[in-house]
Amino acid sequence: MLTFQEIVMRLKAYWARQGCIVQEPFDCEVGAGTMCPETFLRVLGSEPYKVAYVQPSRRPADGRYGENPNRLYKHMQLQVILKPAPEDVVDLYLKSLEEIGIDLSRHDCKLEEDNWESPTLGAWGVGWQVMLDGLEITQFTYFQQCGGLDLDIVPAELTYGLERLAAFIQDVESVYDIRWNDRWTYADVRLADEEQYSAYNFEEADVSFVWDEFNLHEAECKRLLERYASELAPLERRRFPLLAAFDQTLKCSHLFNTLQARGAISVTERAQVIQRVRNLAVAVAKAWVDQRQCLAGEAA
Amino acid sequence: MSDLLLEVGTEEIPARLVPGAVRDLERGFRAALRELDLECGGRISVDATPRRLALVAEGLPDRQSDRTETLAGPSKQIAFDPDGNPTRAALGFARKAGVAVEELELGDDGKLTVRRTIAGQRTHDLLARVLPDVVLGVRFPRSMYWMGKGSPRFIRPIRWLVALLDGDVVPVEFAGVRSGNVTWGHRRLGSGPITVNSAEEYRSGLRANAVLLSAEGRASKIVADAEALLPAGYELRRNERLLQTLVFETEHPTAVLGSFDESYLDLPEEVLETVMLVHQKYFAVQDSSGAMASRFVAIANSGGDTDGVIRRGHERVLRARFNDARFFWQFDQRSSLSDRLEDLKAVTFQASLGSYWSKTESNLEAVARLSDALSLGASDAKNTLQAARLAKTDLTTEMVGEFPELQGKIGGLYATAQGESQEVADAIYDHYLPAGGSGPIPRSRVGQLVSLADRLTTLGGMFRIGLMPTGSKDPLALRRAAFGAIRIVLEGSLPISLDQLVEFASAGANAPKLRDFFLDRLRFWLQESGGFGADSADAVLAASDAVPVDVLARARALAEVRHTPDFEALAVSFKRIRNILEQSGTAQSLHGANLDLALLEGGAETDLHASLQLVGAKIAECNAKRDYATSLRSIATLRPALDRYFDDVLVMAEDEAVRRNRLVFLASMLRALSTIADFSLIDAGPAAAQGS
Repeated sequence: MLTFQEIVMRLKAYWARQGCIVQEPFDCEVGAGTMCPETFLRVLGSEPYKVAYVQPSRRPADGRYGENPNRLYKHMQLQVILKPAPEDVVDLYLKSLEEIGIDLSRHDCKLEEDNWESPTLGAWGVGWQVMLDGLEITQFTYFQQCGGLDLDIVPAELTYGLERLAAFIQDVESVYDIRWNDRWTYADVRLADEEQYSAYNFEEADVSFVWDEFNLHEAECKRLLERYASELAPLERRRFPLLAAFDQTLKCSHLFNTLQARGAISVTERAQVIQRVRNLAVAVAKAWVDQRQCLAGEAA
Repeated sequence: MSDLLLEVGTEEIPARLVPGAVRDLERGFRAALRELDLECGGRISVDATPRRLALVAEGLPDRQSDRTETLAGPSKQIAFDPDGNPTRAALGFARKAGVAVEELELGDDGKLTVRRTIAGQRTHDLLARVLPDVVLGVRFPRSMYWMGKGSPRFIRPIRWLVALLDGDVVPVEFAGVRSGNVTWGHRRLGSGPITVNSAEEYRSGLRANAVLLSAEGRASKIVADAEALLPAGYELRRNERLLQTLVFETEHPTAVLGSFDESYLDLPEEVLETVMLVHQKYFAVQDSSGAMASRFVAIANSGGDTDGVIRRGHERVLRARFNDARFFWQFDQRSSLSDRLEDLKAVTFQASLGSYWSKTESNLEAVARLSDALSLGASDAKNTLQAARLAKTDLTTEMVGEFPELQGKIGGLYATAQGESQEVADAIYDHYLPAGGSGPIPRSRVGQLVSLADRLTTLGGMFRIGLMPTGSKDPLALRRAAFGAIRIVLEGSLPISLDQLVEFASAGANAPKLRDFFLDRLRFWLQESGGFGADSADAVLAASDAVPVDVLARARALAEVRHTPDFEALAVSFKRIRNILEQSGTAQSLHGANLDLALLEGGAETDLHASLQLVGAKIAECNAKRDYATSLRSIATLRPALDRYFDDVLVMAEDEAVRRNRLVFLASMLRALSTIADFSLIDAGPAAAQGS
């Protein structure tokens, strides 16, 4: 029986053999692996890229104080980006399942339509949810647009839900019963997170403080974007901190999710705040593409 | 004669789009054949699985037939000089046509002509040219590109192409794929590439690699396998929509029978069914009494499940889902529906119209006005208010968050569980009904009013902010909402006027538009649901469109009598009267003019006048009781008097005063008799046409 960490390590090793960079998790709070620069920014432009990383994804509203066996405030995604998507990408993916001990000839595996869209990122794609004996284990997406831009090269994004996959492989009813390794369970490692962050997000978060934070990060992001739009010397432009501007965007996105879970965002505000975050994401994406083109121009 | 095999091999196409895609492929192929002037002598058949769209055309000609073409050139006078030598014009034309000048002929019209035979091209070559467009011409609602910006679009990536004409590969290349004679079997049960040289080899090759190409075959297998698995005393709850989905989600369907703990049967059947059918795509099973059983049938895309691995997997997922539902149920009971009213402030109804809390406020006002207008009894009025107050609160529950399609129903079930009266609970449960053009309206009067009010305030709100549907676009499904409102009014027999509906909807400046909108739906109901025919609908609406149920009562009465010979003849006479009045050009000035009895001519005219007096009194009496059928039968008795009138009386008399008096008489008669329907709008049947 594979432990949680063995499953993760085997999948990483598999994708490493397929030529992927194996990255470590991104160190800002994100709602999905897609939001990390390794996906959001790397899928832009015409440079190929292959990367795999585990990303803890925080969704404040999904917390259940550790009481629900399948729902989590924070869950682990294995995110794989293959840019461009190889012709045999579906087969490659299916083989990764064999790699963690799932003999597909004995299972029911279906690719069911599931298109993905993120209004806050100005991104969408088409694809499937991969169903294994009725359980959704992976989101498979061919990106079409990101940051409001049509993509030059279509990447495939594979997002494995690691808790679900592990619960399936270990045949346990609750994610908290997953064996992380031979000695500790998922509950040992993560239950406190779930309890405490549920309490924070639903009860404790100081609404006016979180709003202030949101506004500060938004202002910093805008300031940086305005600077980038001004006259810059080539060197300044090349090393201009758009990645830092993007961090600010991600902060805003996470703070918005926190405010939402806290019930602090009114009806009329909600659409507006999404739009504010989207504006930042789209502007960073545009600037990033511009910066990469400048770099390419210099190199040429 | 040649046979074509075309297979578009793709990654998994969404099940709901496969049937349309394969129909489109056939349509596009047939259109291409027509354009190329190729007539297919045999059958064109198509079939599909999630991973392939296949087309076989039998008996294609090997080439196009040759065509002759006639080119017209300059006239004889211009083409030859007086000595009969060809001019530069003749030489030029011959050169352009590619013939020697001696080969030019003189046509009947005195112009030089050339007749050329154009050899038909090989079907093989033509197909190579058009097949890319045929394939990429298949339309999808949301297509994708996969080869980079600007490359061809399809619903999912195309990964291989088989294009064989009598065993020869028709060379085609697009979107990174080149045609060949190689196909692929089932993803897991097939073994490697399959080389095929004919449609026959294709079918057997797929069979041998676990692909059942025929959609019909897969459907029968699913049902037969599922039924074979069930123990005696159980039966499958058949569901066509689910079956269609499963047919196009599998290449090799295999039924798997699973079970779940009986304790989950305590959950509402609505929840159990939604989880099984909608979320998990399982068939539900019932026992011989029709009660839901703790069994289900999953359809796997696999060869079999000899060791029960697939069954256990599906059972595990279902258990987790049912556990979730049970958790949601218990969790949701922590706060009552009443407690949730405040929470509605955080649920958007529409950006500029505000939250569901404001929507509830509007609904409350609308039900109050409806109850008043309908003089509802005190208890019904109270229940209506309470149901309208709680109707939207289930939007804040975990259960509806998880199963949005159960909105309303969950509210109803929770209301029962929380001790609301059955009337209130049922009204909440039903208040999204009717769901479409058919299907039931809410069971009770209370439910009907809550649903009606909800639709009115939605329509009023959207119209008020200018979001009326335009053309065929109706993203907010307002036509359906309005049609539902009309259905509730008519099928629930609510004596309420169109003007009241519009008023209670509060559409602001767009109120007249909303009235027209309702009127269109009312007309549509009369024609489509009522089956009254367009002319009858127009006739009763022309008499009055004020009160929909009254319109319906008149339409029904009209339907009873309209095919009787007397009545059809009357309709013809009414058309005649209308024509006379229109041609006289005085229709306007006659309105309100008094009839001078002294000017009436004895005999046919005074007789008709006397009959009309009697009939008029009868109509007034019957209409007051809404006994429109008797009114209409009474009107039909006028036929002999009217016939005699037109035989004996010249309306357009010489004497101006008499003429005008007759027009006044006809106009007032038309008015008096048109309170139920404008008979002049009714198409007279053949019987009447013969009679006149």
